Amino acid sequence: MKPALSVIFLTTLIGAGQGLYLAYYSAEWFVMLNILPAAQVDYSGYAAGLSFLLLLTGLLASFFHLGHPERAWRAAAMWRTSWLSREVIALPAAMLLILVYALLKMSGNDCLVFMLGENIPISIATLAGFGAVLAVCALFVCTAMIYACLKFLRQWHSPLTVFNFILMGCASGFTLATAISTFARDGRFDYFSGMAVFLTLSALIFRYASLSRNKRLRGPPTLQSAIGVHHPNIRQLSQGAMGGSFNTRAFIHTYGVSVLRLARRGFLLMGFIVPVILLQFSAEASVLFFAIAFASQYLGLLAERWYFFIEAEHPQNVYYQMIS
Amino acid sequence: MTQLALVIDLNTCVGCHACVTSCKEWNTSGTAGPMVDRNPYAAEPTGTFFNRVQSFEVGSFPNTQTVHFPKSCLHCEDPPCVPVCPTGASYKRPEDGVVLVDYDKCIGCEYCSWACPYGAREIDEQQKVMKKCTLCVDRIYDQSLPEQERKPVCVLSCPTSARIYGDIHDPESEASKAINDAGGYQLMPEWGTEPANHYLPRRKVKITVHQEDLQRADNPLRKEDRGPRAPSTRTTLDDSTSW
Ligand code: SF4
Ligand code: SF4
Repeated sequence: MKPALSVIFLTTLIGAGQGLYLAYYSAEWFVMLNILPAAQVDYSGYAAGLSFLLLLTGLLASFFHLGHPERAWRAAAMWRTSWLSREVIALPAAMLLILVYALLKMSGNDCLVFMLGENIPISIATLAGFGAVLAVCALFVCTAMIYACLKFLRQWHSPLTVFNFILMGCASGFTLATAISTFARDGRFDYFSGMAVFLTLSALIFRYASLSRNKRLRGPPTLQSAIGVHHPNIRQLSQGAMGGSFNTRAFIHTYGVSVLRLARRGFLLMGFIVPVILLQFSAEASVLFFAIAFASQYLGLLAERWYFFIEAEHPQNVYYQMIS
Repeated sequence: MTQLALVIDLNTCVGCHACVTSCKEWNTSGTAGPMVDRNPYAAEPTGTFFNRVQSFEVGSFPNTQTVHFPKSCLHCEDPPCVPVCPTGASYKRPEDGVVLVDYDKCIGCEYCSWACPYGAREIDEQQKVMKKCTLCVDRIYDQSLPEQERKPVCVLSCPTSARIYGDIHDPESEASKAINDAGGYQLMPEWGTEPANHYLPRRKVKITVHQEDLQRADNPLRKEDRGPRAPSTRTTLDDSTSW
């Protein structure tokens, strides 16, 4: 497949935004449960605000993918059958709930709803935040299933795709959270950086698994079954178009093996190895290290998503054996 | 339930592209139009087509055959392109099984083209919506056309009658009979999309001619016995002159 740039930005930006939100919201619960110390300045509102902005940027990027962005609202119609439609519902829902949470937190106008047990206060923000967690999880699944459900794109049609989207999104989100918490000195550094390392390494393992799975896939459909002529020796003479067609432009990439190898090594290094090394610095280190860790990871994940598209081989390519 | 479809005879297709051009002509001026044509007369012509003819050489020289292979949307009975569409712009009509795109609803997200394993869908670069073969829905029910013309235009234009149109769920239709009698098959059957369009394979066309067929021995009205008039035995002008 030809990589679709806007989709690459959409999936990586919302992944990081979702991960960042999950990082800060989970930290808030750990504070309430007295596992993490309470912070003097609570940054969760601002972190959620940033997460909202990431999701918004992703949403805007996605519009560039559409031929008719003004009709995008129609895409919510077929949620019963289409994962894309489900994503179109889950994304604004997550954005709305995260925004409510962020605004309540930032303005300090939160109010208590009830006490859970003796000493866990459940406020409106906590409830909205919990709704946002559900929406974020649904969004992760929907986004990944858009690709994983296409059974003819064999490289995508695997549970590994879903695990990868979730793990990479969370990993980049926790790395970003680490950077924020170094800056804010809110006592959540150890939790965030530890989780970021854990998630990045898990993502690496799962991505590696999908890379090796894709190396050993059952072949694409043969020309024999594509045109129904059962002869071992078939050569295409013409593809039915002279100056190319949508079929040759949308599904066939022309990158050489060396570019692909460079991209693969690049994303493994920038997206996983470099951030894990930089995350070893302690909380006292400059925030710059963690900002670089996130930047490197984000660029690495952009390259990873690009490669994810390149990797997928559309079965229709069998009809375009040569250009004439 | 009706399932309209095309049956394409690879044995008779000569690859003349009459179906391609007539399809473009009909549809670019009809409800699906206009269909883009970039550089139509220049070096790299490209554009939107619902139907394309590809050519393949089968065998190794000198024992080869050229197979011309017309390719368009197969109107799958279990179309993978339909459920993925987020807007409902892509749909399969329950009454006749034709898979269509509603150009007013389509947002041009291209997701359906990822899902179709045959590459039968194309984004129209001007209108930015997904287009594909409509099986000439704007023709086949048109009461203002004479009955024999209520067929997809590619079927009417094919000079070798390589394209048969009909309801493949009706065992009495010409299309079903062709599938049953001539070994009609589906493309990439392993995907389970159940394409409605079928293809008829190449067959050996060989006739043994017997003398009695030529003589029409069993025909009471036969004229062979009379033969040409017997040559004259009388002297003619040719015998006495040399010019
Ligand atoms: S051939 Fe492709 S576009 Fe046509 S119905 Fe089948 S899957 Fe859909
Ligand atoms: S391109 Fe149009 S028809 Fe295809 S999935 Fe998107 S909205 Fe549906």
